[in-house]
Amino acid sequence: MTAKSEYRSQIHQLQKDLMLQWYERLDEAARTGSPPTVAMMISGNCVELLEGFGAVPLYPEVNALQLAIRHQSLEPILAAEELGYAADNCAYVKADIGCMLKGITPTGGKLPVPTLVLCNFVGCNTYIKWFEHVAELQGAPLYMLDVPFFRTEHPRREDIDYVVRQLQETVTKLEELIGRRFDYDRFREAVRCSAEVEELWSRIKRLAQKTPSPFDAYFDAITLMGPLYVHRGTPAGVEFFRVALQEMEDKVARGEGLYDQEKFRVVMEGPPPYPYFRTFRDMFAKWKACAVASTYSTVGGLWEFGFRHDPDHPFEAVALHMLAHNVTNRNYLQRYEQIRRYVEEWHAHGVIIHFVKSCRLFSAGQGDMRDYFTRTLGIPTLYLESDLEDPRYFAEAQTRNRIDAFFEALEHAQTTGVSISMEKRRASGALKVIS
Amino acid sequence: MQCAESERTFDKYAEIAQDLSLAEVRRWKSEHPGAKAIGYFPVYAPMEIIQACGMLPVGLNGAGDRLDIQYADARFGSFICSIVKTTLEMAMTGHLEPLDGLLFSTICDSARNLCYVLKRNFPHMYLDFLHLPHNPGSPAAVEFLRGEYARLQQQLEELGGCSATPEGLRHAIALYNQNRALLRQLYALRAAAPHLLRTWELYTLMRAGNFVPVETHNQWLREALEELPARTGKPRDSIRVVIEGSFCEQPPLDLIKLMEEAGCYVVDDDFILGRRWFTEDVPLDGEPLTALAESYLNRAVYSSVRHDFRNPRHKALVEKTRRLNGQAVILLIAKFCEPAYFDYVLFKRELEAAGIPHLLLEFEEKAFTFERLRSEVETFVESLLFD
Ligand code: SF4
Ligand code: SF4
Repeated sequence: MTAKSEYRSQIHQLQKDLMLQWYERLDEAARTGSPPTVAMMISGNCVELLEGFGAVPLYPEVNALQLAIRHQSLEPILAAEELGYAADNCAYVKADIGCMLKGITPTGGKLPVPTLVLCNFVGCNTYIKWFEHVAELQGAPLYMLDVPFFRTEHPRREDIDYVVRQLQETVTKLEELIGRRFDYDRFREAVRCSAEVEELWSRIKRLAQKTPSPFDAYFDAITLMGPLYVHRGTPAGVEFFRVALQEMEDKVARGEGLYDQEKFRVVMEGPPPYPYFRTFRDMFAKWKACAVASTYSTVGGLWEFGFRHDPDHPFEAVALHMLAHNVTNRNYLQRYEQIRRYVEEWHAHGVIIHFVKSCRLFSAGQGDMRDYFTRTLGIPTLYLESDLEDPRYFAEAQTRNRIDAFFEALEHAQTTGVSISMEKRRASGALKVIS
Repeated sequence: MQCAESERTFDKYAEIAQDLSLAEVRRWKSEHPGAKAIGYFPVYAPMEIIQACGMLPVGLNGAGDRLDIQYADARFGSFICSIVKTTLEMAMTGHLEPLDGLLFSTICDSARNLCYVLKRNFPHMYLDFLHLPHNPGSPAAVEFLRGEYARLQQQLEELGGCSATPEGLRHAIALYNQNRALLRQLYALRAAAPHLLRTWELYTLMRAGNFVPVETHNQWLREALEELPARTGKPRDSIRVVIEGSFCEQPPLDLIKLMEEAGCYVVDDDFILGRRWFTEDVPLDGEPLTALAESYLNRAVYSSVRHDFRNPRHKALVEKTRRLNGQAVILLIAKFCEPAYFDYVLFKRELEAAGIPHLLLEFEEKAFTFERLRSEVETFVESLLFD
């Protein structure tokens, strides 16, 4: 029997309400032309800037994942392939473009043609192509916000200035398109809300350091990520995360974990296989394995190591967030280091590397990552392959067998007392790449 | 046609272009004791800055079918293009040993991660990642890129214990301006008389330049330009095609030859595009790093890895094809090359709207049999010749 792994409570209802409100506003925009909307990527998003116009973000990634979770992604993917997209293009893009071609939306409501397609390029080159195509196929105006890749030890002054100047250009462009002046005070207020949300979210994430962890920082974190990206800059967002933290703290106080008895703690690397989300989750639940940390939950922002938006310097804060404080724009070795810290500070037994065919940003080089964790650090690692959007790439039996074998081995090691010495890990492989 | 000797010359270039031991680089280093060689992964790198630091810029183009992959598959796995794996394999088998550093830039996610995988496995090698802007329309971009080039220059100076002067930079720019101008002339010559200069010849001549000093390469290009008009080839029954999509991983030489044998006159291509990056000379007046930066933003060829939404590349492809009297476009794409896959969609749409026939072909640099591709090209050519 599969262990119960899901926690349902007030925040789930609140989350649903918040996301529905968001879709309703998009639907309103599509029907009436107001409020203004801005298409943007989740990774390193600058949602605070939009608040300065009362504009609503339109995240194609959220639409794509909703679709996949509901097992509806194949039809739009095939439609996009008919237009010429390759079998090996990122399926997020194909699902989104396919939906556009076929008029499919996650709620059945309407989605607007965005007032501006804002390509907030952080890290993933596919974003640029994706938004170029969205703008071209919809005839919408495009602004390319070029964020330098995080290639130095610390963010450089030149990089920050470059991004700040482009954020200001974005403001000017939006003023022209919307016909309204940018409300700087509201922007600053949004940055302040973000800082509060980030603090609450980080505290939630740090609760997973407890044994047992009160929630799953991969599967459950995804529930919280919607409000995190859509409502981060608003009082409603702050309220949501207050309630969420309270609920989690109450669970910790009661000594309640995800399972009646948590057996394994793992760190997850890579996006989830949304078309088989439930099935995949159950494969871990069977072993009472809880993800105590994940890199995927940091695509939109990496806050658990201390970064907060600074309301006294709102443009710079947004720029810094885009440049250095989201996993997407950080270099590959910084990601290794992030995972290594998770293993140590969140007390994990192993790392699950999920290779996703669509996403080279995440997956290209994960064999080397595995080599680093297993050979250099001696941390048990499991490598799985599937896709985050395309249901054709999920080998259920094989995936289950590999997961079972991994936990069997871990169990064996635990019962025979063979475990990995943290000191050995610390002594060996720390990479000097994180800032 | 006094072909024999001239063809032998091109065979020599083909050998240099595909030589995995980097013998030319080794030779240069032995002639210049203590001097450094800096490799760059495609597509473009500011070679002038490397040159001005007294170093040899070396363009890498993968290993083709000359190297068995033993280590790289385990690191990069499935769904990743070949050049990423062959480059890693070259490093892991000691083939990049003559290089003192390696540069990468913002072309795609796979190459970007490769830079950092190399960094972990070769901690003592100088590896750098250049952010080449994707927003050339922003007034902030010139200053940013100038700063990025200054950062590179400083890193190289530290590595080499040298300093690049503005005069040195200007001299390097002048040399590369000549190099690009000579290549433009050769390309123009081939477009005007494709029966006199075959594509595999032009290609290997150009690619051999990746491994020798620019002065030497300029000399080779001049010699070719002098000799070619004396050739007396006979025009064949061929269609005039533009090749697009091979800007990074390179198609095998035999595949390039095959296209011509199957009835294509190639009137333009994007092979080794970094060597032909600018459409006109980089200005010699003014501050040199600014001139290089400003040229990248405003004077560069269109490319699948350089984003400039002021000038959509799908429109540029149609315009170029018409200007060169191209009859068709062959989209020759490396397997798993995501930028090329994406661009195919808009290229296709635009070509269809313009009524220009096109053919999509996928290749891998490590492939060595091409029967299926041959028959696809032949069928395509026939359909156009007898239309
Ligand atoms: S490649 Fe990865 S990060 Fe980029 S759009 Fe696709 S799924 Fe997202
Ligand atoms: S061939 Fe394409 S995918 Fe591969 S490294 Fe080059 S640009 Fe990237």
